[in-house]
Amino acid sequence: MQIKVEVNGEARVDEVEPRLLLVHYIRERLALTGTHWGCDTSNCGACTVLLDGQPVKSCTVLAVRADGHAVTTIEAIENPDGTPSALQEGFRQKHGLQCGFCTPGMILTGTALLRDNAHPSEHEIREGISGNLCRCTGYENIVKAIQWAAEHAEEAAAK
Amino acid sequence: MIVAPQKNGSTFGDSMLRKEDARFVRGSGHYVDDVQLKGMLHLSLLRAPVAHARLKSIDVTRAKAAPGVKMVITGADLAAHNLAWMPTLAGDTQAVLVTDKVRFQGQEVAFVVADSRYHAQDALELIDVEYEALPVLVDPHKALEPGAPIIRDDKAGKTDNTCFEWSVGDNGAVQAAFNRPDAVVVKQQIFYPRIHPAPMETCGAVADYDRAMGKMTIYMTSQAPHAHRTLFAIVSGLPEEQIRIISPDIGGGFGGKVPIYPGYVCATAASLLLGKPVKWMESRSENLMADSFARDYHMTSEIAATKDGKILGTRVHIVADHGAFNAHAQPGPEWPTGFFPIFTSCYDIPAAYASAVGVYTNKAPGGIAYRCSFRVTEAIYCIERTMDVLADELGMDAIELRKKNLITKEQQPYRSVMGWEYDGGDYPAALDVALKMADYPALLEEQKKARAEGRLMGIGFTTFTEIVGAGPGKKCHIAGLEMFDSAELRLHPTGKAILKLGVKSQGQGHETTFAQIVAGELGIPAEHIIVEEGDTDNTPYGLGTYGSRSTPVAGAATAVVARKVRDKAKRIAAHLLEANPDDLEWTGDAFRVKGSPDQTKSMAEIAFAAYTNTPPGEEAGLEGVAYYDPPEMTYPFGAYIAIVDIDRGTGVVKVRRFIAVDDCGVRINPMIIEGQMHGGLAQGIGTALMEVIEFDETGNHLNSSFMDYQIVTALEVPNFELGEFVTPSTHHPLGARGVAESPTVGSPSAIVNAVVDALSPWGVRHLDMPMTPARVWEVLNANGIAE
Repeated sequence: MQIKVEVNGEARVDEVEPRLLLVHYIRERLALTGTHWGCDTSNCGACTVLLDGQPVKSCTVLAVRADGHAVTTIEAIENPDGTPSALQEGFRQKHGLQCGFCTPGMILTGTALLRDNAHPSEHEIREGISGNLCRCTGYENIVKAIQWAAEHAEEAAAK
Repeated sequence: MIVAPQKNGSTFGDSMLRKEDARFVRGSGHYVDDVQLKGMLHLSLLRAPVAHARLKSIDVTRAKAAPGVKMVITGADLAAHNLAWMPTLAGDTQAVLVTDKVRFQGQEVAFVVADSRYHAQDALELIDVEYEALPVLVDPHKALEPGAPIIRDDKAGKTDNTCFEWSVGDNGAVQAAFNRPDAVVVKQQIFYPRIHPAPMETCGAVADYDRAMGKMTIYMTSQAPHAHRTLFAIVSGLPEEQIRIISPDIGGGFGGKVPIYPGYVCATAASLLLGKPVKWMESRSENLMADSFARDYHMTSEIAATKDGKILGTRVHIVADHGAFNAHAQPGPEWPTGFFPIFTSCYDIPAAYASAVGVYTNKAPGGIAYRCSFRVTEAIYCIERTMDVLADELGMDAIELRKKNLITKEQQPYRSVMGWEYDGGDYPAALDVALKMADYPALLEEQKKARAEGRLMGIGFTTFTEIVGAGPGKKCHIAGLEMFDSAELRLHPTGKAILKLGVKSQGQGHETTFAQIVAGELGIPAEHIIVEEGDTDNTPYGLGTYGSRSTPVAGAATAVVARKVRDKAKRIAAHLLEANPDDLEWTGDAFRVKGSPDQTKSMAEIAFAAYTNTPPGEEAGLEGVAYYDPPEMTYPFGAYIAIVDIDRGTGVVKVRRFIAVDDCGVRINPMIIEGQMHGGLAQGIGTALMEVIEFDETGNHLNSSFMDYQIVTALEVPNFELGEFVTPSTHHPLGARGVAESPTVGSPSAIVNAVVDALSPWGVRHLDMPMTPARVWEVLNANGIAE
């Protein structure tokens, strides 16, 4: 099947099998390997991308479902000048990552969370990221990373 | 946006922000599944749907004809190359592909190589296999019964399902203690369930055989690439110089990436036969079903003590379920229970004895040391649970009992009855720090009030010592390879440096911590020190990262090599300053003529001179290599307090507070250490409350996805209250001890002790993990506490 997808702002037309998963389309066809594959059951969230701005788990979305829609991956999250976004910087500042495997999914979920709620409470953050699993950090520093980004968002926007 | 680090400094002891994060936050980390090579093929494994069955026939005709399929291989095909079986790290053998019979559900039966993941998976469906069912053994106690079907009938003369028998200590002395007329003896059955490390990245490999050069490059999720290369050479017969293992970024290991899995061998064999790159990347369910599990210890624990709580002796018997093949990862077959002999822990116990029987069952092979220095987790859980049972029997406060038996500062360095040489520490003082942080008297008041109001609140404790940092090489090894580790350091002419290590980070932050060690020794900013590891062609030989051994062993090697380089730098500085080396002093980043503050040469100037103005009699360059064999293991210790609330309506246990005081010796990067603590504590909460791998009677694996194998989310863990206690190790060159595993070792017992404490008014003395809502609710219901 032919699909027309906007990936990270770039229009693409591709022939895909109807059964091709979005995560494999992104990783293997487009070689955007920042989106990771961690489970097959939508539990871990390592494969989280934004579909028309909403976080989805790309391991359980068919590539054809993205036809006519816009996909954003971790590779397009940084600022236009190439510096890390406030949230990416927050993860570094607050030691919100260790092995880095869950990090892109966490950052995409966190980006959508902060867009919809600029000043979330700790509980709202914990609930917001509860669909993304991390085996390394114990989450505390991920929460702090998102809080850091919320505090520094205006500063980042002013840049 | 880029902002300056909050905590300034990038040398030893600073909370330097991690260098590796620059790529990880951008998604530009490079993991095994990110490797995409020209012409790369994909391998999928056919796994057995049954747990115990004879392989009657296997027909791959239809699969071979399927679209995109390049190769279908069965056990018989591998047998023709003498590759159907491989040795395990435990000295047993394990089937790469089934030739005779299936021994656990999920076992590797055949593989397909095709031009895509999807085509390979499709073709698996077309392999026709006929199985003849055999009786299944999932309970190790039943497997030990006379007349039980023999699982390992591949082993000549095998007449039972025992995989080893072992004991340590003086049972006579223990029995004498138990027989004392004033002894109070408690006995408790304790089960540490089968769990899984479940790193976010599963296991996989890309094998790339270059036919022209005869070189095999394997990108592999490996915590120990050098040791794996040697083992690959021995098993495959390829010359070792023609094997290059590259362990790129690793998405968490926790011990699960120490063993060699059949998938690695299959991918390598396929690439060798096809002359093309072949990728094998397992799915989550394959990871949970077939890769090494951890724990699965059935323990009978006994302690004898005087009526006022002084321990006289302790004894443990273990029924250890190792699954179908003994594939545990321990520092040599002479340690069949790993470091379980640490089970007297931080207590001054005059007599101790432990025995174990290892058992083959129809379950996945293992068990690995999941975030634990080789079965220490089981040992600490065992004694800490039994301590609380003893406190209950004696009617004594759990803290008072521990204080009465803790090894004192004056007894250090302490030699335990099991022969371990502890490397210093003040255990009672660490416990006091934890009690103060928790405000223990206030907690007791709070609990009293909660009980009066009908709320279930529990307080649980653990005091413990770890044992990490294996070697020494004469005691600890992998297949004879002594457990030293290595560091190679080279300064460039402009005063920058590259450090190469024999270990391999899976998220621990080696690129930062190890640069800080060099920075501290040589005065070069850590920003200018690149750390390389994981590529066997480009790093010195080492035994890898597990058992919290990177800082204790490779960290020591790094300090030693930096000091070697500094010795040469001193001679160069003396030449430049026209002084006698003995007249120079080290300032932290330069050599100075004693008494002449303006007569100095910085490390950068010295490095430049090493390439541009070599002193007579010196070789050019400024570099060195060190192989460090530790004289002893290191013994980090801690005192933990868990506070839990139990919902009387649902049985849900909430860990409300967790106080952890750890002594990991001198701290190189406190931020990273605290991050390690957080992660380990979260895993400990998962172990205590949620995680378990179970089987039905026919050997069906009941937890083969993250829907059924539940690891903690952000909602189940509190913010942790961490306390610091620093006692330099008596023998490590930097005084460091290692940290990453202490929290996983110490936390499950603190949580279970807290849950039992909450239920103790109803006479509950023990509950086995995991404390799922269902299990807790059953207890609440049985005792009439449920709402």
